[in-house]
Amino acid sequence: MTVAVDTDLALELRGVTKQYPGTDTAAVSGVDLKIGRGEFVTFLGPSGSGKTTTLNMIAGFISPTAGEIVMHGQDIADLPPHERNLGMVFQNYALFPHMSVWDNVAFPLVERKYPKDQVRERVRAALEMVNLTGFEKRRPRELSGGQQQRVALTRALVFDPPILLMDEPLSALDKKLRQRLQLEIKRVHREVGITFLFVTHDQEEAMALSDRVVVFDQGRIEQVGTPDELYRRPATRFVAEFLGDSNLIEGKLVTQEGVPALETPDCRIPLPGLLGGGGNPSGEEQCVMFRPEDVKVVPGDDEEAACRGRVREVVYLGSEQRVIVTTESGRDVTVRTAGDLTATPAVGDTVGLRFSASNAWLIPKSG
Amino acid sequence: MTTTESRSRPRWLYLMAAIVGIWMTAPPLVVIPMSFASERTLTFPPTGYSLRWYQEFFENPVWIDALRSSLMIAVLVMVISVVIGTLGAFAVVRGRFRGRGVLETVGIAPLVVPVVVLGIGVYAMFLRWGLIGTVPGFVAAHCVLAVPYVMITVGSALRVVDHQLERAAQLLGARPHRVFLRVTLPLIAPGMMAGGLFAFVTSFDEVVVSLFIVSPGLRTLPVEMYSSVTRDINPTIAAASTLILLVSTVLILISTKFLFSSSANGRSKR
Amino acid sequence: MLKLAQQTTRRLRGIPLAIPLLVLLVVFFAIPVLELVRRSFLDADGALTMQSYGDFLGTPAYRTILFRTFFVAVICTAACLLFAYPYAYLMTLAGPRLRRALLVLVLLPFWTSLMVRTYAWLVLLQDTGPIKAVLAAIGLEQVHLIRNTTGVVIGMAQILLPFMVLPLYNNLQKIERSDLLAAQSLGATPVRAFWRVYFPQSLPGLFAGSVLVFILALGFYITPVILGSPQNSMMSQLIVRQVTERLDWASGGAMAVVLAVLTLIFVSLMSRVVNVQQAFGGTGGKQ
Repeated sequence: MTVAVDTDLALELRGVTKQYPGTDTAAVSGVDLKIGRGEFVTFLGPSGSGKTTTLNMIAGFISPTAGEIVMHGQDIADLPPHERNLGMVFQNYALFPHMSVWDNVAFPLVERKYPKDQVRERVRAALEMVNLTGFEKRRPRELSGGQQQRVALTRALVFDPPILLMDEPLSALDKKLRQRLQLEIKRVHREVGITFLFVTHDQEEAMALSDRVVVFDQGRIEQVGTPDELYRRPATRFVAEFLGDSNLIEGKLVTQEGVPALETPDCRIPLPGLLGGGGNPSGEEQCVMFRPEDVKVVPGDDEEAACRGRVREVVYLGSEQRVIVTTESGRDVTVRTAGDLTATPAVGDTVGLRFSASNAWLIPKSG
Repeated sequence: MTTTESRSRPRWLYLMAAIVGIWMTAPPLVVIPMSFASERTLTFPPTGYSLRWYQEFFENPVWIDALRSSLMIAVLVMVISVVIGTLGAFAVVRGRFRGRGVLETVGIAPLVVPVVVLGIGVYAMFLRWGLIGTVPGFVAAHCVLAVPYVMITVGSALRVVDHQLERAAQLLGARPHRVFLRVTLPLIAPGMMAGGLFAFVTSFDEVVVSLFIVSPGLRTLPVEMYSSVTRDINPTIAAASTLILLVSTVLILISTKFLFSSSANGRSKR
Repeated sequence: MLKLAQQTTRRLRGIPLAIPLLVLLVVFFAIPVLELVRRSFLDADGALTMQSYGDFLGTPAYRTILFRTFFVAVICTAACLLFAYPYAYLMTLAGPRLRRALLVLVLLPFWTSLMVRTYAWLVLLQDTGPIKAVLAAIGLEQVHLIRNTTGVVIGMAQILLPFMVLPLYNNLQKIERSDLLAAQSLGATPVRAFWRVYFPQSLPGLFAGSVLVFILALGFYITPVILGSPQNSMMSQLIVRQVTERLDWASGGAMAVVLAVLTLIFVSLMSRVVNVQQAFGGTGGKQ
């Protein structure tokens, strides 16, 4: 999904900033963002990057120091949380321990004074949507982590909010359960069709779930784009390093027989049709990104090899292997190879490296 | 492993615990047979048995009035100190002003200062204010002693309530006062009730300060019992004591249910 | 307008809630105590003087009472400690049901009226009582348990023991049993393991409980009055006599102030060494 037209905007952040008194750096600085109706957008970043603070400002628990948060054409920055009509799923579920599952899910409807029969019907349907029919009378402490999360999810959706906020809802769960719930969340998003705003520090999760990802670092947005754009066309070093494995090779761009090449002390990598850069000043050191799957290990005497080096480590991952090669100047390059063990070099072998230029990406210099 | 196990639970440990257990619980039981004594005596075991002291207790206006006064005052103290103590606990735990710690210390102070000091101080001021032998005076003086307990129990219940729960309630659409009513209050209710019970017992059982502020028109049960013990050997006190024991036991059973209830806390499972 | 109201509430955050508490404590606690302080500094003509304090500390009979009060408090503390430590230790070893039973047993005195308990001890400790009978049977007829300090200590210790058990138990249950086992695996005998590894870690709770029992014992009134005699009074009894029998408010006030100040000194001593909330089972820690 591409960026929506104004009338299809679910939420817009304009210059949103949060500076806590007595601190030097802002927790969130100048965030501009447009989120379209029905999109699944993820805020991704390390801890302290400002993603949760931004989410809390959207929810209304924190007031921005500057900027506007616009919903339905209105700045809601001064609206208290209970009037914002947003759904939210918290990291530790925040289910009311003294109420049953039914009362928990019915809570927002009761507070909005829905008539009794509507409450009954909606709660029933809500529990059905997450496959928890029959659990109505249970207390939260009697449920497993995954079940609690599903109750939290459906409680946040039962009153049809236009936007659902999710603050690292899966980080307390183990990997298998996480993956299962990720699929469930995707399914719910498809079925319900509203805008989802998801916060996580797990980049795999972000890429698996989202239509678009917003990468945060130190209070600022590094890049906004689809998972594919972020993976293959990172706007900054940070984004390149944060998402997936990457080999970032710095060197000079030279032209060799009319073909551009990246030249480093120990490598000469031809890069016909190199993409990216977008106006990087020439003459300066450039940084080119190669994903591990775009590098190949070849015998050490291969003439076409761009670099040579020694195999430092081979990591077996079942479906594939990671081979880490240390080049002559001490740089580590990670290569992804297929699962066939017989073709893999051994630790200590001298090998060559060949780089595929088709997915190579010149990282733009920041302005 | 076995040597450590058996050595870590030596028999003398159980013996000591048994001594302590008996020491704590058995002595008060003495009053039960004493209450059925037929003579005015402090000798145990009593020589004869009769119900005259119970009769005395229920028929003598002195004792019945004292019981009524004690009950009335204790109930008032319980209600008022729960309100004041809960408000105070909120100020200490949730407040965002400097001097919160001082407020907490001040709130607990009455427990630490020797009761006699408070007793004669209150005596001096009540003489001047004309509060001797009045119900409001009693209630106020007892509240000073009871409120600290409420602040402790409600304070610790409040500290355990998960903030996220209140945030969640807010975002789900509950106005601030509804958040308090539907989420915060139910979660601290056990703490309030435990505090209320402590307050009731503290007031009902209060002797020292009460000794100073009684009048011929208003006397409480513990004061009556104290006079009985120090002036004459009247086993009616044994009858009163037995009745109090009965009520206390019931209260203990109720309170242990609250103290050990696990739905009380606001911690969500991980 | 709404924003102004919100901001004002935010700035006042919580203070209004404390007002009823402050009013109650100022009027019915602070003012009475301050009045006592005031009167202690006045003589018969209303002039400011330290006379009462001088008289108090200068009269041998009064000093004896002060020392006796300390002495009794120390004995009570020691007695409580002696019995509470094993009890609390057993509580940490016990299974959940036994632990709950032990806890209830030790909390029972809280709920039993002080008058009832003291009256019960009066009956039990009489020369004509059952305990004396047992003592006589084993040849200790000369020992009297009533109207003397011994009886007072026995009665007080029963009331004070729970106050020692609770902070001790709270501390002990936080000590890792594996530390003891580790010490033994490293070569220490069980006794040495206890003294070098377990006991030091129990000191905060021990200290907290001891100070609490001590300061409570200092202020006891009812039990010494009923189980003791005027000949072996404690401070509280003396103070009450000064005020009610001799109507000497200056003297009584001075003594009360001295007692209160002593108590506060010990409390602040304790809070300096021990985090009070942690000791008594609260959740405060990072403060």
